[in-house]
Parts: sequence; structure tokens; C-alpha cells
Amino acid sequence: MTITRAARAAPRWLVGLSLLSVSLVSIPLVYVVWRAVDVPLSQFTTVLMRPRVQELTVNTLGLSLAVALSALVLGVVIAALLSRVRFRAAASLLLISALPLAVPSYLASYGWLVAIPGLNGFVPSWLLLTAVTVPYVTLPVAAALRGTSAEGEAVARTLGLGPLRAFVDVTWPQVRPAAVAGALLVFLYTLSDFGLVAMLRFETLTWGIQQSFAASFDRSQAAILALLLVVIALVVVAAERSARGQVVTSRAKLATREPVGVVTRTLALLIVLAPPLVGVVAPLAGLGARLLEAQTLREIDFSRLGLATGATIAVSALAALVALVIALPLAALAARYSGRGVGSLETLGYLPHALPGIVVGLSLVFFSLAVLPPLYQTTAVLVFAYAVLFMPKALGTARSSIEGVSPDLVNVARTLGARPFSAWARVTLPLALPGLGIGALLVAIATMKELPATLLLRPTGVNTLATELWSRTSAGEFAGAAPYAAILVLVAAIPAMILSGVRRTAKEEL
Amino acid sequence: MSFRARSKTTIVLAGLVLTVSGCVAEAEPAGVSETEPEVSAESEDIAVVAGSDDYVILYSGRAESLVQPIIDVFTEQTGIEVDIRYAGTSELAAQVLEEGEQSPAAVFLSQDAGALGALSDAGLLAELPESITSRVDPEYSSRDNSWVGVTGRARVIAYDSETVALEDLPTDVDDIVSPKWSGKIGVAPANASFQSFVTAYRVIRGESAADQWVSGLVMSDPQKYDKNSAILEAVDAGEVSLGLINHYYWYRMASERGGDQMRAQLYFLPAGDPAAIVNVTGAAILQAQSSDLDASSLVEFLVSDQAQEYFVTTTFEYPLVPGIGAPEGLPELAELAVGDFDLSDLRSIATTQELLRTYGLIF
Repeated sequence: MTITRAARAAPRWLVGLSLLSVSLVSIPLVYVVWRAVDVPLSQFTTVLMRPRVQELTVNTLGLSLAVALSALVLGVVIAALLSRVRFRAAASLLLISALPLAVPSYLASYGWLVAIPGLNGFVPSWLLLTAVTVPYVTLPVAAALRGTSAEGEAVARTLGLGPLRAFVDVTWPQVRPAAVAGALLVFLYTLSDFGLVAMLRFETLTWGIQQSFAASFDRSQAAILALLLVVIALVVVAAERSARGQVVTSRAKLATREPVGVVTRTLALLIVLAPPLVGVVAPLAGLGARLLEAQTLREIDFSRLGLATGATIAVSALAALVALVIALPLAALAARYSGRGVGSLETLGYLPHALPGIVVGLSLVFFSLAVLPPLYQTTAVLVFAYAVLFMPKALGTARSSIEGVSPDLVNVARTLGARPFSAWARVTLPLALPGLGIGALLVAIATMKELPATLLLRPTGVNTLATELWSRTSAGEFAGAAPYAAILVLVAAIPAMILSGVRRTAKEEL
Repeated sequence: MSFRARSKTTIVLAGLVLTVSGCVAEAEPAGVSETEPEVSAESEDIAVVAGSDDYVILYSGRAESLVQPIIDVFTEQTGIEVDIRYAGTSELAAQVLEEGEQSPAAVFLSQDAGALGALSDAGLLAELPESITSRVDPEYSSRDNSWVGVTGRARVIAYDSETVALEDLPTDVDDIVSPKWSGKIGVAPANASFQSFVTAYRVIRGESAADQWVSGLVMSDPQKYDKNSAILEAVDAGEVSLGLINHYYWYRMASERGGDQMRAQLYFLPAGDPAAIVNVTGAAILQAQSSDLDASSLVEFLVSDQAQEYFVTTTFEYPLVPGIGAPEGLPELAELAVGDFDLSDLRSIATTQELLRTYGLIF
């Protein structure tokens, strides 16, 4: 087993590229600071001192921590069950466990509100958010487990440790980086989520930001709250770095699956199926119920549906590509080199992910009009907005997949005469490609579901499935909304299913 | 193909895709409208007049299913193509405030007067010509001719017909905060129309009475929602007994589910009551495009008889142009209370918000 991170200085060109990536994704941060600075210091402190602001902050923190923790525990448990318990339809189960990713959080909450109209508050928000975000932990951990050797665990078992203890002591350190990285994504997602908590009437900082825009048209006040979100994210991202641990590479071998009794298997099945049931089946059933209730079943305009679907797929594919390109230098830097500079760059890369879509959207309105007015409200800026919004989703998996490639292989290439970049591109990149693919797919799925930034930045007249869905639900036409909701989940489910089949790194045959 | 050649090809292709999609997006013609504008003799006349290029961009805070059909009629009649951007009113207002002078929009169609007031205060709205402002009763438009009211929505009470008898319904706004409704009222305190109602209360009955009412409301433990539609859903599900909403939400739900089938029913408070005021949707022309004659044609069309009748039959909202009948079954506009206050006076709305904030109803 090799420790892969080196203490030597990183090459300047890599640092330069990483700086470029970070400055691109920091545009929303610059905007937030710019607007917040507009406010006189006295008003600044007045806003922060308001009891309601403190209430909102506590709500936000509490919810995000709770969801991250529960997603972490549940995600690891599910991944472990899927890889260690002998299920009859193991592959399909993994696929199904990825499906909650395809459901936008606002859709999940809407579906549940149909079933339980009075649903609101902390507990439903916590449970529902856990259900839709747990794949962020499950998938990377499952992929990591596939790539880890089960030999250590087997040895521990022969030494007398029970299966659970063997798992915790031997396997958990190997999957910890993937699990913690996934939990970080869950935390940042919950920080920035607006749709679900608004519908469930649980008031968080994102809700406060929305109120600042909607009730008082006060962008500066919104910026102050956004700054609070960034500060919270800063603390947690820094904490994640220390909790992450180092990726250890080992020769991958298929793990043996445990035969278990029927009761245990049924219990395990229930646990594995819980998030898809709560996060996918129930919301879609709720929407279906509304559809059946509707007296006016409007005709589906297939050409519009087709256009929206095409636009959605196109922008999400482009966004995934751009996000990956932006993430790559930063991931490569953080994977191989350590040091405070590297740490700060990586942290900065994650921070904008804490901001709600409307803030990122407005920041790019501001930025594109200031720098490149002809590009305002074009697809280019829209794709760039998605890349800025979701790059962190690609960052974690890109980093850990590059980390997972042993530098010994690159060194061998160097001794054979390849230049550094060539060796990296021809050895590390192809081996890390599956993991990079995971990151790209996560970005694609997130883009398909995105709403607030899309409404602000899309070219006038262009619609995605999410905006069409919104347009109908905001007009109260739930019957008309249903086909768009269904197609949205279907389209987003495709990358989700591909995700479940991707391995973290290609198998090394040495 | 070697790895190097493969990666080069991929990069070039990706770049091409990006560029092409960018060009395609910019070349997008008018949104989803399928009607081809005909170059009739009328539009040629308009084209001759200075400041018209038969094209205008509209930012609409009102839903596409409502706005697109009537705009299509406008395009058919005048030959002026309209590109419409749909989003929430407050998000669009924030966007326009951010865009400033560089906004590509010429016309702003707003769901409430507050957003228009915010844009006006920022100096982004042009003064509307008299041909437009004279069509609507000045009470329903801005005081400084920066925006014009297009339709009206009355504040009403939606009640749970299964648990509330008609006799028990409040006959005055103060009855709403009596103990018998404790825990059973639904409000959307962050919503512009609720805040307008509280502003009306302040103006009509005085500041101290308003203070008492708001504190009374908080003491009756109201259920808070983000939107009027959510309140109506709650009433229809029996979650709350009374909901303070705008009238047309009920009609909209009724058209989907059938008015007789619905648990929630509507009740209008007597005329003169602050809880029965009328809010307006409105339109304005952005200052940067004030010389664009197409923009004024569009706004003029929105307050024309044809468009007003369209709104009446499609959304059951009140027309603001005299001579057009109110929707069937609804009390006449003239019968409802109209406070003598500027609907878009943000300073007054700000005071209302401070009041609500003091009692913890809003953030």
C-alpha cells in the first residue's frame, strides 16, 4: 500500500491553472462581497444581530449537519450492505439506490405534501433531504469498496473479529475519504437548498435570502446572509480536509459476499430500498395522484416537450464537460501535493457550492454584463453558470480518483523516457477516467434539476425541463406539469444509473 | 488514433459544440410562439414611424400559460415580435435591478405593485404616455406615471366549508384575530398582497389599531405559508379553517378540480373592510428603451378592451379599464374597499414590514 500525497512543491504551471480555475468559480463570492460591502457597517451588524437571523442560522446549521451525518451513516451502511451481503439482484439494487439523485428536491417535497398536506418543519426536511442526498455517499463508497481488497477484512475475521468490527477496523479507513467527501457534498447541498425547505416551511438562511429579494428588494441584505452561508461552508470544508484521511491504494480483489439469514437479508433490503421509496416512489405517486384528480387533462405538446428535453440534455452534457475541465487542475494539485496553499485553493473551490442558485445567477448577470455584454443571456454563460455552481461535485471524486492511481505507475513511465505531462496524461488520466466520469455525471444530473439560475440566465425563449415544470406548477397547472416532472426524473435517472455502474478506478493488472 | 490525436480531436470538437450552441442560442427567434407575424399594411405604417423595429423584449412575472396567448394576439395584430422571459416577479425585479441600464428588456409585466415601485425608485422606469395612463383609474396606477395597473385581484377569505358554517364567518377584519380561530388561520406574511392588506389597514384604521391587529394575529398562532396557493391547498385539505388569499386562486383551482367538489370556498368581506382591498398587477416601460414605440404599443395593448376581457375570462381577475364587466359571480370592483394609498409606495411597505418583523411574522 502506498501513501500517495507528496510533500514536495507543486509545479508552477499546475498551480497557475488551479488558480485560474479557482478564480473562475469564485465569481459568485466576489459578487457577494461586493454587494455586502455596499452596506454601512452599522446596518451590517444590525442585520446580523437580529434574533431572526440567528434563528435562521441555527436552523441552517442544524439541518445541514443533521442531514450530512445521517446521509453519511446511511450511505456507508447501504454501500456496505450492497457489497457484502448476497442479494439476488445486487446490480439492480445498486442502480435503484442511485435513483433519488434524479429527483429534484422541490419535486420530492411537493409529492409528499400531496400525501400529507400538513407536513412541515425540521424532521420532514431532515428525512426527505437525507433520502435524496444519500446517493452522494452511497455511490462513491460502493465504488471504493469495489476497489478495495477484502483480504484485510478476511484476515481480521480469522483473527476472531466479528464482521462488523472487521469492517470498521479494516475497511472503513479505506473508504473514509470517499465517504467524507460525499458527506461534504451533502452538507453543501443542504446549505444551499431552497425549494424543499421553502415548501416544508422550515425557515433557513436560503429562505431569508429569498425574502430579502422578494419582500424588500434588498440585494445587500441578501448578500449579508449569503456571506453567512459562505462562512459556515468555510468552517466545514476546512474540517473535512482534516477528517478526510489519505487514500490508500491496494490491489483490487473481489470481496466475498456473506451469506445471511432471511431475516437479516430482508432487513438489509429494507434499508437499501428506504431512500428510493421515500425520495422517488412516494413523490412520483403524489404527483400522479394530482394528475388523476385533475379535471382538465390538457394535451401534451410533444414538440415543446422534445425541445425542452433536448435543451436539458445539451446544456447538462456541456456543463459536465466544462465543470470537469475546470476541476481537473485543482483535483490534480490536491491529489498529489499537500501544503497550506494547496489546501486553501481546494477550499476556495468548494465555497461557492454553498450559495443558493439565485445568488450565483445574479452574480453572473452582474459579471457577464460587466465583462462580456454580448454573451449575456446566451447558452455560453448559462453553461458556465452550471459549471461554477456544480464544479465541487466533480472536484471530490476527481481528486480521489487521481489519488487512487499509484504514482509508481507514472514513475515507471518517466523512467521509460516520457515527459511529466505526457506521462500524466497517458497513465494517470485514463486510469482515473472512471472516477472523473462519476464527477461529470454528478454535474450533469445536478444541471438537469437546476432552476433559479436557469430562470435568470437562459436565453430568452429557451426552456429546460425544470423551467417548464416550474412554469406550470407556478400557474397551478399540475396536470400539465406531470409529464415534465416524469420526463425530468426519467432523463436524470439515466446518468444516475450509469453512475451506479462506474468503478472508481480502472483495475490495475500489475 | 494515438492518445494525443484523440485528445486533440476531442478538444476541438468540444470547442465547436460550445461555439455552435452559443450561436444557435443567440439566433433563437421569438420564444414558443408558432404564429408567423404577417407583414400587413398596418405594420408597415408602424414601421415607418421612428423608433420602431417591430421587436420588443418583455420580462413577465406572470405565467406563460396566461401571457403567451394574449401576446400572440398582439403579434398577429401589429406584426411586432415579442420575446418573453418568464420568471418570478421578485427574481425578475432583482435581475433588472442588477442589469440596470444594460437591461435588454423594454417592458416589465409585474405580478404586484411592489416590484414596480422598486424599479421606479431605482430610476429604471420611463414615464408612460397619457394614451396609456388615461385608460385606467388613477387609483390603480402609480402616482408618478411610472407604471400602469393592468388587472385587479381582491383579497378574500377561503374557508373550509366542511367545518365552518357561513354564519360563523368573520364579518369584520378584526374578527379574524378573535380567539375562536386560534391556530386555524393560514397567512402568507412574506407575500406582497398580504403586506398590501396590512398597509391598507394602517391607512384606513390607523397605526395603533394595525399594531393591535398584528399582535392579535400572532397570538392566535397562525399557520404561515410562502404562497397564496399553498394556503388554499391547506384550506382545501382541512389543515386550516380560514385562509387570507387573493380571489382568483380559488377560481384557478376550481377550473382544475371543479368548484363544487372543493372543500375550500370563497367569502368576501363587506365593502369598506381593509381585508377586502384590491391589489393590482401592472406593466411598465424601462427607461433605457423609452423611445421604443413597440414598447408603448405593447403596454397600450395590455390595457386595451380586448386584453382586459381576455384577463377577465382567463384568470377571473378584475379589469381595471372602465366599461369592462367584472367576472361572473364576483362583486363589482367599485364595491370593494380602495384605500387612499399608493400601492407601490415602498416606504410605506417598508413600515409595514417593520411592523410584521417586530412581531416575528417575517424575517
